[in-house]
Amino acid sequence: MIVRSPVPYILILAISGLLAFMPFFASGFQMAFAIGCLNYAVLATAWGLFSGPTRYVSLASVVFFGIGSYTVAVLGEVLPWPVILLISALIGGGVALIVGLATLRLAGIYFVIFTFGLSEMVRQLVTWYEVNVTRSIGRYIFLDITQPQIFWQLLGLLAVVLIGAVALQRSRLGFALRVIGGDETMARHFGLNPTFAKLGLFTASSAIMALAGAIMAPRWTYIDPAIAFNATLSFQVVIMALLGGMHRIYGPLLGAVLMSFLFEALGSQFPQAFSLLLGLVFIVIVYLLPNGIIGRIEELFALKRAVPQSTREGERT
Amino acid sequence: MFMNALLSGLTLGGVYALVAMGLTIQYGVSRSLNLGYGEFLIGAAFAVYVLFGALGISPYLLALVVVPVAFGLSWLIYRVMLTPILRRARTPVALEIDSLLLTFGLLFAMMGIMLLVFGSNYTSYTYLSVPVRILDATVALNRLVSFGAAVVVGALAFAFLMRTRTGMALRAVAVDPVGAQLVGIDVKWAAGLAFAIGGAIAALGGVLISTYMTFTAEMGVVFTMKALIVVIMAGVGHVVGALLVGLALGLIEAFVAAYLDPGLTVAVIYAVFLLALIVRPVGIFGRAVR
Repeated sequence: MIVRSPVPYILILAISGLLAFMPFFASGFQMAFAIGCLNYAVLATAWGLFSGPTRYVSLASVVFFGIGSYTVAVLGEVLPWPVILLISALIGGGVALIVGLATLRLAGIYFVIFTFGLSEMVRQLVTWYEVNVTRSIGRYIFLDITQPQIFWQLLGLLAVVLIGAVALQRSRLGFALRVIGGDETMARHFGLNPTFAKLGLFTASSAIMALAGAIMAPRWTYIDPAIAFNATLSFQVVIMALLGGMHRIYGPLLGAVLMSFLFEALGSQFPQAFSLLLGLVFIVIVYLLPNGIIGRIEELFALKRAVPQSTREGERT
Repeated sequence: MFMNALLSGLTLGGVYALVAMGLTIQYGVSRSLNLGYGEFLIGAAFAVYVLFGALGISPYLLALVVVPVAFGLSWLIYRVMLTPILRRARTPVALEIDSLLLTFGLLFAMMGIMLLVFGSNYTSYTYLSVPVRILDATVALNRLVSFGAAVVVGALAFAFLMRTRTGMALRAVAVDPVGAQLVGIDVKWAAGLAFAIGGAIAALGGVLISTYMTFTAEMGVVFTMKALIVVIMAGVGHVVGALLVGLALGLIEAFVAAYLDPGLTVAVIYAVFLLALIVRPVGIFGRAVR
């Protein structure tokens, strides 16, 4: 089960190293698309990091993303950039810790519903605070951070997250997480502490999302609670991870890239039909790709080679 | 101010209770959580808005058309969309995730269609907007009539569940689907029926709310959320609990809006929900085993 080949690490570093040259020849439009795509890739991978092994469907991605953005909006001109990034990750992780402590003992379905409404609550609280305390609903972000810099930061973050995910999967903790995801009662009998493991993952995944939000914030110049805490983002992240296949590290990444192209192609032509499109993709995934594209590819290969399926049964939906 | 808050809380809470009752029947019996539930409510509100504008017939009479349509549509959705998933599912957890994702799809698809047809503007119409004085507070007549309708229909649905053989079959499936099958209840039929009843009640809630509230195509989620909070706080499948908690939710909302800040209603409801989840994860009226 535990493999120690260095190939995945080298591959991640090589590909991100090559992509790092993109800002030198890409046009403004291509850069904007690449940044959006990278942002989704980071968010979906971070989502899969927690939801893949634990099977908890979190709809709170935008909460942590928004927390990151707001940290930049509030502290942007006061502190140096690396410190801001660190603080946003800490706040995101801290909030996740509190939310996780309260909700991760619950059954999966309650967790979904709770996170479903959490973004609404946070948005309302921030709006209320801005209206009543600071007396202005929006904030401006004027920072000297160029598009290529945002691109490199996101690319670096994605590479770090992917390497971390691979390392985690190979560690004892990663194995424990797969056991927990397969059967929590059995995991308890093995002496594993599911709540602790889930909490750790949720915190890490949320801190990454907060970082992504912070890195993306300078692109907006103006943010208000409705922009930073737009609940659609949470659904987009879920759908990307599911499209690719959330049981593999690279699944969410693949889904994010594909969906970015789809949203770009269809979203610009039929902006009114965005919700309908999102809904139809959800339905198609559930019926045709229950394990995502990667799951479907694995099935095809398994059929060709006629490998016995029973060993992988626990990982399937 | 107190009487005003109390009255608006009661009238709103009455509709919440009704809508939550529909969801608790739907979810409790069919075991498939329908996240597109609120879309039926908003869809009915839009249908009444269009029909009332075109024909000028009272919204309460239009409910006689809209509600059966929602009943049939919900039943169809259950049979066509959800049964294949039920057949495929290997574990209850897999089924739960699949039906969640599927109804997310339903939610966005229905919302998307409404957005395409009606746009994202706030919509409202005036009907029976006559002020009525009760004690020292004023309420619009449409709120009172809607509250009355919610109470009557809620009572009828409750009597149906408690007094008829069909109602008993539904309750049996909610308590124990396997056991219900053993005593000769067609569980699939019961689940479809419960799903349809839930959709019909949601549509009725939409008709009632549309008479005094402005609504948008994107508001369905809010109602799903509130109904879900009520259902979970009360304990899934607990009808009386859903009615009481729904009423309480309306009152909390009205009093927070009146005394604290209208912008904080969701936050406060949410805090209450979180507290209830931590203290009693099975719901206030729920039993340990669902």
